[in-house]
This record gives sequence, structure tokens and C-alpha cells, in this order.
Amino acid sequence: MTSTTPPSGSLAPHGEGGEGHANHSLTGFVIFLCSESVIFLAFFSGFAVLKTSALNWLPAGVEGLEWRMPLINTIVLVSSSGTIWLAEVLKAQGRLWGFRALWLLTMALGAYFLYGQAVEWSGLAFGFTSGTFGGTFYLLTGFHGLHVATGVLLMALMLVKSFLSGNYDGGEEGVQATSLFWHFVDVIWIILFVLIYVWQRH
Amino acid sequence: MTSATFPASEPKPSWTRYFSFNTDAKVIGIQYIVLAFFYFLIGGLLAMIIRGELITPAADLVDRTVYNGIYTMHGTIMLFLFIFPVLNGLNNLLIPTMIGAPDMAFPRLNAVAFWLVPIFGTLLIASFFVPGGPAYSGWWSYPPVSIQNPLGHLVSGQGLWLTAVALSGVSSIMGAVNFVTTIIRMRAPGMGWFRMPVFCWTALAAQTLQLIGLPALTGGAVMLLFDLVAGTSFYRPEGGGDPVLYQHFFWFYSHPAVYVIILPVFGIFSELFPVYARKPLFGYVYVALASFIIVGLGLVVWVHHMFPSGVAQWMRNLFMVTTMLISVPTGVKVFAWLGTLWRGKLRLTTPMLFCLGGLFNFVFAGITGIMLATVPVDIHVSNTYFVVGHFHYVIYGAAVMGVFAAIYHWFPKFIGRMPYEGLGKLHFLLTFVGANLNFLPMHPLGLMGMPRRVSSYDPEFAFWNVLASLGAFLLGVSIIPFLLNMVSSWVLGPRATHNPWNAIGLEWLLPSPPAEDNFGEHVPTVISRPYGYGLGQPLVENQEAIERELNLQEARA
Ligand code: HEM
Ligand SMILES: [Cu+2]
Repeated sequence: MTSTTPPSGSLAPHGEGGEGHANHSLTGFVIFLCSESVIFLAFFSGFAVLKTSALNWLPAGVEGLEWRMPLINTIVLVSSSGTIWLAEVLKAQGRLWGFRALWLLTMALGAYFLYGQAVEWSGLAFGFTSGTFGGTFYLLTGFHGLHVATGVLLMALMLVKSFLSGNYDGGEEGVQATSLFWHFVDVIWIILFVLIYVWQRH
Repeated sequence: MTSATFPASEPKPSWTRYFSFNTDAKVIGIQYIVLAFFYFLIGGLLAMIIRGELITPAADLVDRTVYNGIYTMHGTIMLFLFIFPVLNGLNNLLIPTMIGAPDMAFPRLNAVAFWLVPIFGTLLIASFFVPGGPAYSGWWSYPPVSIQNPLGHLVSGQGLWLTAVALSGVSSIMGAVNFVTTIIRMRAPGMGWFRMPVFCWTALAAQTLQLIGLPALTGGAVMLLFDLVAGTSFYRPEGGGDPVLYQHFFWFYSHPAVYVIILPVFGIFSELFPVYARKPLFGYVYVALASFIIVGLGLVVWVHHMFPSGVAQWMRNLFMVTTMLISVPTGVKVFAWLGTLWRGKLRLTTPMLFCLGGLFNFVFAGITGIMLATVPVDIHVSNTYFVVGHFHYVIYGAAVMGVFAAIYHWFPKFIGRMPYEGLGKLHFLLTFVGANLNFLPMHPLGLMGMPRRVSSYDPEFAFWNVLASLGAFLLGVSIIPFLLNMVSSWVLGPRATHNPWNAIGLEWLLPSPPAEDNFGEHVPTVISRPYGYGLGQPLVENQEAIERELNLQEARA
């Protein structure tokens, strides 16, 4: 019995606080996401106010937005929410390679979304300073795109981590958090798609 | 059987840790507080210039545009660099020790959040030295004034202002995620929600408000920055934009920000009154829950700041009602404190004096606040000195006094030495008289019609203005005994025992100052409600053994 071993009695009723802090990360991340959703809420409500009150919503020479490309993007992003869910299921079953494959597929879908967004942007006849129409369009899609890029980066990080030995021993919070983030980005996009593309106004 | 061996408080850790990227919440807490007071001196100096200018009717001390920059920076520094950081400092010191956690949930994030403060503080102060001077559009930075950039430089005072405010938002969000996670996940065994000290309740409520409100301000500020530097027209009527939209974003956060400031101060009152009245907190459950009713209502009152701007009549009526409703949970707290004091054995120590003075000023501010909530009155006095008087009663009279109370009360715990009572009482006297002399005259001035944000005024306002300026200078003097006290007692003060005020709470079962990981492995199990003064029941299991051990340690030292 060395003096460094604590007497066994004192370890008894040790509740939540005892074992390291790793298990708080998911709680913290969920709290952060709730907060992050408010900034989108602010942008969305600002967008709605400006759109409904505008006399001329579309700037001169702009006919409206082409919707086919964004629709494909929507389908891509929604299905990537499915693949990331499947990836998690496989991981829970211990099929690590299946998890990695689907995880990579999700990343590819995310990357395709970004590519589609870039193609759409480069073909547009209006810019960031074309009235509130152009301003809000680039603000919303740009800010969302930043989140997609962040999500892909996070996934890459988790993929690398899955090859490190001893990974996931202390839980799998990073994977859970990334997947949560990805669903969040997906839901935001659906709202954004409805507000920007489905809701028509001149 | 349970061994009550405590890690003795460390022998003299080096003072240089206060200048390093340290992750101990107790070090970070002191870093926050000291830095905040550095900025308090700068913001206070600007206030002295404002009151120096206003002691005579003519604009003779500073130039008109310089004056605009000075009050804008005074407001911004006091809020974003003094009061929020100082409260975060108290959160860092008190939350982990009060709930028995070894540290924050995310210690490194905590340190990053702190170090952002000197960074954006430097950016903000630097704006005094850029061409065109600092931002001059008031602390709320309304467009169209705030989106003009007459000199056309990329780096303007307004641009720096916006960058600093956005960074302050990032830092506060990091802090809030940390505080909320810590309170939810790291409480000591046995500490259910209704055994948690009220300070933690109010901190949780305040940080929830930060999490909901701050992103809106940050979003609004980003759009403003784009209007300023990228030529967009979110808030420019010429481009189809709407300046009132910014006001919504701004007040959606900045009204709740008032509660972010005052809620922890309610917490401080609720902690200290029971200690110095030797009675349990009256209506503990209601005081705790009222914090969250304030959160709910606080989120739906923001339009009362926009009554004079173009908002619909139904909105005015609705927001007038919600604003008045908020006085109900607030009133519950005030009555609980009065109930606690009623027939208590009051000990008029320095912290208690600051609490009593703060409560007095708060009640006064509450009365003028209800006057302001009525739409006709508000439209009559908005943008007059009545408003300035009202919110300084809240912020200086109640919040800053509450912060001083907290500092005197917990100084022995975290510094390990006792502050001097004589200097403390002198500090209290100067502060209380100075604050009332400074801010009371602003009410008659406002009712007489003196507008705010002016550097010259009609001579008929001279009398009250001279009084206000004298009060301000008295406040300026009041900081001297405070600083003297802090420095001298930190270095020379008598050693503090673990519980010099005979208070009940987990933090008082730690040595003064506590070890780096607080209770470490030996987190006590909480077995009763807080504030059991005079009830004779122990707060935790084996309390006697713990206290005996602490006394022994102190006797040995
Ligand atoms: C030394 C004590 C103080 C004095 C003498 C003082 C004085 C003043 C005066 C005279 C004004 C009005 C300027 C004008 O409208 O022309 C003002 C504005 C303001 N003060 Fe203070 N103040 C003090 C402390 C504080 C503190 C501690 C805070 C906050 C923590 C604060 C926050 C503000 C804010 C937000 C404004 C509004 C600025 C604006 O109009 O944009 N003040 N102060
Ligand atoms: Cu308000």
C-alpha cells in the first residue's frame, strides 16, 4: 500500500464529477449548436422582413433564381444525412470499414454540394452589393456554405482519427458531434431552400 | 472511515501565472477581474472627461465630434470590457467552488475566451489613434450614422468597434457554453437543482440569455460591417434596406444584456444577505425560479427601446405589457431579500454595506424603470438624461456595487488574505454618496428636457449638472481607497481562515486559497439546502471532520 493509492472508502459515492471531463463535450456541443441556430434565425427573419417589405425585390435585369441546380444540391445534402446516419449504425455494430466507407461517401456528397454551390455562384448575374436581394442571397448561402465546409473538415478529422490506435476507447463523442452538426446543416439548408428558391417574389 | 485529508494549499505558486495561458478557473477568474478593472479606469477617465465638459453649459473642454467619440467609447468600454469581464471573473471563481467541481468543463476553451478580451480590448482602444478617431455613433451604433465612412479608409474607428464587439461576442459564447455545461454536468454528489446556491442559478439564467441573445447581435453586427466596408445595403434605405431591422437585432440582445448583468448581482445579494443577517434566504425556491421567469420575459421586451422609432401600435402595447410583467419576478426577489433581512442580526461589514446600498439603488431604479415602461412617458423622456440616470442607477448603483460586495466577500477565499474594513467602509461611503449625487440630478434634468449626448446645454440646466459633475468626481475619488485596499491587503493583509464570515457553502469548506483542483478526489456529498443559517443542520456529510481538518491545518500554518 503506497501512500499514493487513495483509501478505498473515499472513492465510494462519487457521482458524476469524478471521471475526467471527456463526457461533457457532447453536452457542450449541443449547447453551442442551439446558440448557433439563433444566428441563422436572425438571418432568416431579417431576410423575411427585407423580402416582404421590398418594393422591388429583384434588382433590374435579374429574372429570378434558377432552381434546378439547387434542387439537385438539396437532394444531395438530404441523402448525405442518411448516409451519415447509416455510418453511425454500422459503427455501433462494430463494422469499422463499413463505417469508414459511408463516412467517406458523406464527405463526397458534402464536397459535391460545395462544388454545386460554386458553379451556381459563378453563373449569377448579380453580386453581393446588388441591393438587399443580392446581399441576403450571398450572406445566407455563403454562411451556410461555410458550415458545410466546416462539416466536411470535421469528418475528415474523424476519419483520420478512426485509423489511430486506441481511438474511440473513451467514447465516440467526436463522431456523434460531427453527425449532429451535419444534420443541423442539412435542416438549415432545407429552410434556406424554401425561403430563397421556393418563395417567389418580384 | 472517509478520510478528510486535504491537499494543503500550495506553497506560494509564482505570481507570473497570472500573465500566462493558465487553465485553472481560479487564476482565470482573477485575470478577468484585474483586467476588467484596468478597463474600468479607462472608461472612468472618459466619464470624468464627459462630466468635466458638462460642468459648464458651453462646449469648452473637448470638440463636439470628440465628445461623441468619448461617450460612445465610455459606454462600450464599460459594458464589453468592464462589466461583462468582471462578472465572468466571478463566474470563474465561484461556479466551480460552489458546486464542488475541480475546474470548468472545458478549461482550455475557458483560457481562450479570456485571452480574447485583451485582444479585442486593444483593438477597441487602438481606435483612438486611427485617422478619424474612434466610433462616434453611440454604444448602440445605429445606422445610418454607423455605416458612414467619410474618410474612406479601410480601417476606421467604426470598423474596429464592430470587430471588437463581434470578438467580444465570440468570447462570451465560449464562456457561456463552458459555464452552462459546468453547472449542468459537474455538481457535487447530492447537489440537486434545489440544493444549488442561488448565484449558480442566476449565472445559469444569465448565460442562457447570452446563448440565445448574443448570436442575434453578432449576426446584426456582421451585416453592419458588410454595409460599412463591402458596400452592401442591408440597412441602407437607398438600396432597399431597413435601418430599423438593425435596431431589432441590437435590442433583441441588448435588452437581455441588462439581465445578463443584473441577474448575477441578484445572485450576489441572495448569497450575502443570509450570511450577514444570519438567516436562511427567504423563499429560496421562488428566488431561484424567478431567474428563469426573468429569462423568458426578458427575451420578449426588446421593442420597448424602439417606441420612438417606427413600430406598430399593437407592438408598442404588447411590449409595454411584457416589460411591466418583468417587474413581478423581480419584485419577488426584492421581497425575498427584505424578508431575509427582517429581524435578522445584521452585521454591517463592508460587503453587507455594499449590498444594502445596491439594493436601495436598485429599488429606486426599478421605480424609474416602470415609469419608462409606460409608452407615453418613454416617448416624452427618451433620449433625455432621465434615461441616462435610470440605467446608471441600475448599472453603477446596483450592479457595480454588487460586484464590489462580491469582491470584498470572496477576496479572503481566493486571495487568502483579509481586506481592510476601514478602507472598505470609506470606499462604500464615497461610492454610495457619489453615485447618488451623480445620477439623481439626471432625473430632474431629463424631465426638464435636457437631451443626452450633447456637449453643451441651456444655462437653465446648469445647477443640476454641477451637482452631477461633483458626484462624478467623488466617484472618481472613491476608486482610490478601493485600489489601495486591494493592493495592500493582497500583499500585507492578515491571513484569512477558511471561513472568516461564518458562511455556509461548499466554497467555505475549502482552504483559503483553495488548491488548484479544489476538492480534488474528496468532493463532499451535499445533504441539505444552502443557507441553513441558524437551523443547525450540516450542509455536507462529515462536515465536522472536514472543518476540524481545516482548523488543524490553519493552526499548523
Ligand atoms: C464613474 C462613473 C460614471 C459616470 C460619471 C458616467 C457618466 C455618464 C454620462 C454623463 C453619460 C451620458 C453621456 C451623454 O449622453 O452625453 C454616460 C453614458 C453611458 N454610460 Fe456611464 N458613467 C459612469 C459609469 C458607467 C458604468 C459603470 C457603465 C456600465 C458598466 C456605464 C455605461 C454607460 C453607457 C452604456 C452609456 C451610454 C453611452 C451612449 O450614449 O452611447 N457608465 N455615462
Ligand atoms: Cu430594455
